[in-house]
Amino acid sequence: MSDTTPNSGPAKGFLAKHAILERSPTLLLVSSLLVVTVGGIVEIAPLFYLENTIEKVEGVRPYSPLELAGRDIYIREGCYVCHSQMIRPMRDEVERYGHYSLAAESMYDHPHQWGSKRTGPDLARVGGKYSDAWHLDHMIKPQAVVPESIMPGYAYLLDTQVNAEYTADLVATHSFIGVPYTEEMVEVAAADVLAQADPDTDAYDDLLERYPGAQIRNFDGQPGVSEMDALIAYLQMLGTTVDFSTFTPDASR
Amino acid sequence: MSSKDNKDIDDVTGIDTTGHAWDGIKELNNPLPRWWLWCFYLTIFWGICYSIAYPAWPLVKGATAGVLGYSTRAEVAAEITRFEEANAEISAQLAAADLSTLSENEELQRFATSAGGAVFRNNCSQCHGSGAAGAVGYPNLLDDDWLWGGDFENITYTIRHGIRNEEDWDARYSEMTAYDEILSDEEIDATVQYVRQISGQDHDATLAGAGEATFMDNCAACHGDDGKGSYDLGAPNLTDAIWLYGGDAATLEETIRYARFGVMPPWGSRLSEAEIKAVSAYVHQLGGGE
Repeated sequence: MSDTTPNSGPAKGFLAKHAILERSPTLLLVSSLLVVTVGGIVEIAPLFYLENTIEKVEGVRPYSPLELAGRDIYIREGCYVCHSQMIRPMRDEVERYGHYSLAAESMYDHPHQWGSKRTGPDLARVGGKYSDAWHLDHMIKPQAVVPESIMPGYAYLLDTQVNAEYTADLVATHSFIGVPYTEEMVEVAAADVLAQADPDTDAYDDLLERYPGAQIRNFDGQPGVSEMDALIAYLQMLGTTVDFSTFTPDASR
Repeated sequence: MSSKDNKDIDDVTGIDTTGHAWDGIKELNNPLPRWWLWCFYLTIFWGICYSIAYPAWPLVKGATAGVLGYSTRAEVAAEITRFEEANAEISAQLAAADLSTLSENEELQRFATSAGGAVFRNNCSQCHGSGAAGAVGYPNLLDDDWLWGGDFENITYTIRHGIRNEEDWDARYSEMTAYDEILSDEEIDATVQYVRQISGQDHDATLAGAGEATFMDNCAACHGDDGKGSYDLGAPNLTDAIWLYGGDAATLEETIRYARFGVMPPWGSRLSEAEIKAVSAYVHQLGGGE
């Protein structure tokens, strides 16, 4: 047994004070919470007021009621399990999917659908890439158009009509948590659900004014507003709101 | 802090204790290995250096930029530019090329077909199939049966503007009439049999004879008296064995009753001029180019 190893005796001064913390469970709990809070404050709090969190981009607007209903179906069916909605800033992604995603493009997403799991392709800019008929065929039986696909079919979305009242509630909820829907938008949301799936109503121009660039069509080609209409309306607007010909990226971001 | 006077060797293990004792139980003083501790200090040092070198600390107007001036966006832009510059000459050549004389320039042709293949697999294969054999409702591009024409000029136009879409005002457009409420059930049946006759399939000769008049009055304006169709109107040739939606009696009846309205999105806004030329060249050489 060697006794040449220096032995530290009881700590003195400031360091000795830790004994007080260690001997009082309540004090220890409160103090550790305080320490952990520092991390939260430093990492999260600045994001709420920093001007650079979301760069200013023209054209991004809240989802129209029908698109929002489609978005809920997207979440309900777990599309995010296989599809991401974020084009990362890398050359191969940009070449394949288009301009890398901007924070502003998902500023009205609650919750966002970024994801990182890509069993299927990224959908951040799928809007306008295929025809409505393709989406319909593909949703009913993906293998009818893409034989090598392993995606399951969602034909049953045609069987259920979108409940306009519930969708209006959904718009009100999003308004409550900070999405800038105007009072008018919330009031006429139920009517807008039906109006977006029928290009022959009087509400056409008003709807376009409320939601610039919204596509107003009978997406599934069948009478009524089915969940299929809502989902295709949502897919067809993904990534289409920003006009990249007028956008100059801020390099230092 | 330590001194020999304070040492307190544990009898059982022979190791020093820290001097902490709880209810008579003492804590052994087993310090972390030096190498571990130094690695730990090194990571802290590395973290500080990293946050100075790269964008890191959030401030009020923005985050610190880092002394190396690194930016992900600039890197992507540089990477894209690097490849664009490498291909700049041949891409410009392709964008300006007259595709009908493409076969005279072997290098350009090779570039166009392989670049076009990449564009096709990314953008076109979802509807037309990864092998370009199409699907029900989405034309096969391998054969020489074209709806809107299969020469370079027509293929390029179709790709650039699309078909029956709402985005491009120059999109190819035609609209088949839905005859459900125009023709009687008998007339529709007869027309179906006539179309089966001119396409060389099994048919009821009596009905087909009656259907000929209906065909001439209603269908021939677009599909032609001989039923061979028209590129100008995107009217399919009904006399061959190639069908977009199907040539069986049930599908023909559905087509005549409710019409078809195939849509192709415009690609002029998504693809560059060179990419459009490249994918045109690719589609043209698949087998059916005119």
